[in-house]
Amino acid sequence: MTAQEIHDILKSQFGDAILEAKLENVPDPFIKIQTEKIKEAAEFTKSDERLQFDYLMCLSGVDYKGKLGITYHLYSMTHRHKIVLKIEVPTETPNVPSVESVWKTANWHEREAFDLFGFNFIDHPDQRRILLPDDWEGHPLRKDYQTPEFYNGMKVPY
Amino acid sequence: MIETPIQAIKTSTGRILRTEEMVVNMGPQHPSTHGVLRLEVVLDGEIVVDVIPHLGYLHRCFEKHCEHMTSYQQVIPYVDRMDYVAAMTNEHAFVVAAEKLLKIEVPERVHYIRIIMAELQRIASHLIAIGTFGIDMGAFTPFLYYFRDREKILELFEMTCGARLLYNYIWIGGLSHDIPPQFVEKTKEFCTDFKKTLKEVNDLLNYNEIFIKRTANVGILPKDLAINYACSGPMLRGSGVDFDLRRDDPYTLYNKFEWDVIVGKGEMGTVGDVWDRNIVRQREMWESLRIIEQAIATLPEGDVQKAVPKRIRPVPGDAYGRVEGPRGELGFYIVAEDSVTPYRIKARAPAFVNLSVINAISKGAMLADLVAIIGSIDIVLGEVDR
Repeated sequence: MTAQEIHDILKSQFGDAILEAKLENVPDPFIKIQTEKIKEAAEFTKSDERLQFDYLMCLSGVDYKGKLGITYHLYSMTHRHKIVLKIEVPTETPNVPSVESVWKTANWHEREAFDLFGFNFIDHPDQRRILLPDDWEGHPLRKDYQTPEFYNGMKVPY
Repeated sequence: MIETPIQAIKTSTGRILRTEEMVVNMGPQHPSTHGVLRLEVVLDGEIVVDVIPHLGYLHRCFEKHCEHMTSYQQVIPYVDRMDYVAAMTNEHAFVVAAEKLLKIEVPERVHYIRIIMAELQRIASHLIAIGTFGIDMGAFTPFLYYFRDREKILELFEMTCGARLLYNYIWIGGLSHDIPPQFVEKTKEFCTDFKKTLKEVNDLLNYNEIFIKRTANVGILPKDLAINYACSGPMLRGSGVDFDLRRDDPYTLYNKFEWDVIVGKGEMGTVGDVWDRNIVRQREMWESLRIIEQAIATLPEGDVQKAVPKRIRPVPGDAYGRVEGPRGELGFYIVAEDSVTPYRIKARAPAFVNLSVINAISKGAMLADLVAIIGSIDIVLGEVDR
């Protein structure tokens, strides 16, 4: 199924919640969706007979300076097609519904996004830091991140 | 998973002893965690109730470093250090993503050499995976045989680019060097010699009665669970999913060659058990040899540096490129702004994703079987922690 057809199915299901779509002349066609609807959209894309996106390839946080975004790369093992979903949230209130209940693999990806970007995933069962120490302060992949001078009494930039 | 009934232990006077759950920390310095991984294991006697992995001991801020490069090419030595036993594959994955973003077409010769390198690297990585897995299971000899032959692959790499582990060989748009004149002959020699070892170790290890007893019906990963956890590579194929990016999402010229996708069939027990995952790796090496031999025989001529860009400044946008690494789907998500520095790079490390399923497949197993399960996932902590 082409990106256009996938977009049409999502558009007819979610209407105005589809904010933007770029389907041609880009390396990966993407559809931007309202943050509040992302979990619903995830459930729909996975369960719908025509789409069956059962494989979440990747979930990446991005800091767009002023707002944070998440990119979901979806793939269907049955139909062998793919699509990219994107959402954006303000940096001050980075609340995103978790898609962990749809794709279990999102668990660790979301933990990583929380760890490095400071997203708050609503209904995530186990939102802990994953790569950094539990007592680390701040979220290093944010563009305005300042490296702390000391960590537990140790000087950080040697 | 095997349901083991836990029977109440009685003293000779008939008093029932209480059992308590306990927490055992396995790692970070434990030989069978294959690196610095700490597993917090909750045990009921010898039965695993819960496994909580703790990562990050080898976190080197790969993604943060990339945002401070002055060129896209500078990222390549960093990706080498992610999965340090399969550095060629990492470079390949990164350049596939970058070339997708930059819309670069590389000459056919470059594709061929990349395929040869990627498949040699797959063999080298599987040799470590199976060798160390054998040690976990108490078989020391295959490890020595496999390391001896892995050395020959490293010599081929050394001959090509001067480095044995971290190559910086595959560049965006091409390669750092063409292959040396004696490479073709040496690779052919290696392919012939290596088949003997493969057969020998296959008989010695994979069909060994003790090995089968330790691995069959252990750590079963059902098909649906594997897809839901986005497992990939031998993990996914071991569970009976006929899926290989080289064939199903072609990123280079693999469709020019004849080879088969190996899928676990549950020959010794259930589909998706540890034995299946291991045998998928073993048989994939034969397929890699087939690809290498065909690629060597039909290697086209050309200039490998022809498409290497002098200066890289992509159009703002993003691209996700993925390749089939030895451990599975290795993907790079690159976000570019109008600059020579990458804005954001996310590595989708197969070992990271595959490891996340460990809790789901270890519940109810014995502690000793947990070692088999970790070994069969084939993690490289450099890639898990990045």
